[in-house]
Amino acid sequence: MEAQVLKDIPLLTKDDFKSDQMVKWCPGCGDHAILSSVEKVFPQLGIRKEDFAVISGIGCSSRFPYYMNTYGIHGIHGRAAAIASGVKIANPNLSVWVITGDGDSMAIGGNHFIHVVRRNIDLNILLFNNRIYGLTKGQYSPTSPKGIITKTSPDGTFENPFNPGELVIGAQGTFFARTIDNNPKMMVNVMLEAAKHKGTSVVEILQNCVIFNNNTHELVSSRETKDDNQILLEHGKPMIFGKNKDKGIICSGLKLEVVKIGENGITEEDIIVHDQYSEDPGLHAMLARMTPPYLPMAMGVIRAVKHETYNDALDELIEYKKETSPYKTVDDLLTSGNTWEV
Amino acid sequence: MAKNKLTKEREDVVVRFAGDSGDGMQLIGTLFSDSTAYAGNDFATFPDYPSEIRAPQGTIAGVSGFQVHFGHSDIHTSGDKADVLIAMNPASLKANLIWTKSNGIIILDNDAFIDKGIEKAGYETNPLEDNSLTGYNIVNPPISKMTLEAVKDLDLPNKVALKSKNMFALGVVLYLFNRKLDSTNEFFETKFKSKPLIIEANKRVLKAGYLYAENVEAINLTYNVKPAPLKKGLYRNITGNLATAWGFIAAAERSGRKLFLGSYPITPASEILQELSKHKQFSVKAFQAEDEIAGVCSTIGASYAGSLAVTSTSGPGLSLKSEAIGLAIMTELPMVVVNVQRGGPSTGLPTKSEQSDLMQALYGRNGESPCIVMAAGSPTDCFFSAYESSKLAVEHMTPVILLTDGSIANGSEIFRIPKVASLDEINPPIVEANDKDFKPYKRDEKTLSRQWALPGTEGLRHRLGGLEKENITGDVSQNPENHQLMVKLREEKVQRVKNYIPEQDVVGADSGELLVVSWGGTYGVMLTAVEQLRKNGMDVSLAHFKYINPLPKNTNEVFSRYKNIVVCELNNGQFVHYLISKFPHYKYESFNKIQGLPFMVAELEEKFKTILEKNNK
Repeated sequence: MEAQVLKDIPLLTKDDFKSDQMVKWCPGCGDHAILSSVEKVFPQLGIRKEDFAVISGIGCSSRFPYYMNTYGIHGIHGRAAAIASGVKIANPNLSVWVITGDGDSMAIGGNHFIHVVRRNIDLNILLFNNRIYGLTKGQYSPTSPKGIITKTSPDGTFENPFNPGELVIGAQGTFFARTIDNNPKMMVNVMLEAAKHKGTSVVEILQNCVIFNNNTHELVSSRETKDDNQILLEHGKPMIFGKNKDKGIICSGLKLEVVKIGENGITEEDIIVHDQYSEDPGLHAMLARMTPPYLPMAMGVIRAVKHETYNDALDELIEYKKETSPYKTVDDLLTSGNTWEV
Repeated sequence: MAKNKLTKEREDVVVRFAGDSGDGMQLIGTLFSDSTAYAGNDFATFPDYPSEIRAPQGTIAGVSGFQVHFGHSDIHTSGDKADVLIAMNPASLKANLIWTKSNGIIILDNDAFIDKGIEKAGYETNPLEDNSLTGYNIVNPPISKMTLEAVKDLDLPNKVALKSKNMFALGVVLYLFNRKLDSTNEFFETKFKSKPLIIEANKRVLKAGYLYAENVEAINLTYNVKPAPLKKGLYRNITGNLATAWGFIAAAERSGRKLFLGSYPITPASEILQELSKHKQFSVKAFQAEDEIAGVCSTIGASYAGSLAVTSTSGPGLSLKSEAIGLAIMTELPMVVVNVQRGGPSTGLPTKSEQSDLMQALYGRNGESPCIVMAAGSPTDCFFSAYESSKLAVEHMTPVILLTDGSIANGSEIFRIPKVASLDEINPPIVEANDKDFKPYKRDEKTLSRQWALPGTEGLRHRLGGLEKENITGDVSQNPENHQLMVKLREEKVQRVKNYIPEQDVVGADSGELLVVSWGGTYGVMLTAVEQLRKNGMDVSLAHFKYINPLPKNTNEVFSRYKNIVVCELNNGQFVHYLISKFPHYKYESFNKIQGLPFMVAELEEKFKTILEKNNK
């Protein structure tokens, strides 16, 4: 939803969006920080508080709508994207947010996920990826790393995990960003970008499940390792990262590679400059795929391209048909074609 | 018209067009229907086509048919057996002979009865030569040759010219019933506007068929069916699926809500999605979802956002939608689920009709999950049922499952076009902005329905969901007493719909020997059978049900007035089981047909006679 700054909207604060319900996530769960970030983002969008709808599926993350004082639906497992599609198509004035988890959107709701992305319906999808089924108490999910031991993989999983970013780009997605639950500033910035984007925005939030999959994102989250294992992509800036800001990404043949600036004749000039608006999704896909420890995890907005949205295209057609159709009322339709008087 | 030939008056006639699925039988069936409309007859039609798009040419699997039943009096069905069969090849003769009266007229393309065609149809000998057609009145012009002859100076390739041969057959039939060629010729003019050669070819072939019939001795009698004494008004021909789609458009206009359809293509329901996709000028949003589940879930989302929300499907699709229908029941959001029933289970008989999803509609969900279930009776009733199901859904804030079936969905009958303003008002319980008393699950005292608070409205922010809700506040609640209360409230809300639907009426006597009970798409055939028996002085009455859950409030009282009850349905006895569970004190007899085919008037009459005789002994 393009942030429309409307003058008659009273200044909103975080408190306008807090619901009266007790938040029941486990202490230490990454969801608390995400909730707090969303509460910070909504008042900044210039949208009336009545014009937000928060739609979820099933899972720990999907309790989210109950904790937001907006319109909302806590749906059924996997179907948040489909329910939200209906809400947005029916009323395009609403800013519709989908809250989903890796089980909800990558497994049972995988089909709806790729199709909503393909259609480019103007929704903001926050995908909480903790790589585990939390609400059902600890089974592996479609994003669990290969080999992980869980209740349903006592000998380690032997399934390949999905990378949500690759799915988004493969489904012709127009917006994909990644952030992490222990960096509120980054979360807020990325969510603001997602809100601004017209089309389906997918934000993967690396989220920690303190009970069933603690520290699953440790390499990119811990104070000691994160600088060398994540890179914050910023449009128009070279892809430089590391504790000492001396590492960079270059394209070597058809592969991405980490290099050290100042070594082997490498200068800042050799480092790729991030272009989030590039129509060609090739490099975006490679960036989304980068995995530590070989390559740093790409954070921030990876892809943001402008395409017509489903809801705009439909509304334009409706306006056009209203002007051109010979049927102005339903009576006109009923009496059209072959009729005869008795 | 007919020179030196006799014309015979007939009350009603059944004509069946059959040919290869590429032969254009649906087209000439429709054109014949149009000419029937101009002749002022009442009529009903039914297409019968294979589930394959183009099965191997010349085989039984590839036979496509179209039946038209027209008459001087009220026509309620597409007819039992045909008085006239048009069979464009041996396979269509073989497949349709059993649907033809033993003294019927059969019009054949003699050119198609060659060795190859005969063999492909599975005949051992040529049926035109082995006396197997004795008793029938055979008219077998060399249709292919005469078609080519009629257009020979137009320089069309043979393949193109032969496409018109269906018009030769139509010409013969139009002559047979003393019809004019005008309406058909007008059709050519519009349809092939930019192709004058094709217009000319079709006109010539149609006329050739007509003249052939006039000149040959094989046709020594033509038939005249007087106009039917229809109620004054503007009429059109309409299929059930078209009527369903239009009923929703009318309901949207009257309720002031925008229409949203979330749907996935499935036989025999796809036409509803196709039709609604055409009507963006009425702000209809037809969303072709990625699957049945997304169809119903987007519908729930659209309902929450304030649309008149509909999803359409057939049996297997209803199975997939079950969980989401439960969500709509829990969130108490209005929605209509149209199920155009087909033969099941599983993929079953996609292009054939059955009434076997009744139990699924009533009970096919987890938990205690009641919703309104109703069933349309005929193609035109689909319009009124779609309209009424929308009204019930929004006024009572509940999903409604509307059952139609393949027969009435594809079948057509004439429709007296109503004025939209004459239809019942629809008043959705929408909450005003900043209503201080608004609570998501506060209920209307009479209907028990909650209110509809639309996103975007000031002062009404609230959350819905599939978790059990606390009465009035709508907060999530695991409280044991609250759950029991909410289960009872949801059931009671649906039962109270009884007070808003008509009482069950009976065709026939107020009391008597035999009450025939039926529901849904069998209305026409039931009515015809019961009316005919009553004309013959038999004590038979009909209670045909449209409202299944809840049942009309006088149902028990109606049943109590008859000595015997027979429940007729196109399944293995689902409605009768439902009735037994509601009114176990009656003895029900059942009559079931599960062949993917509609009931025939004759078999119903036979059954009712047997019951009456048995009970009189």
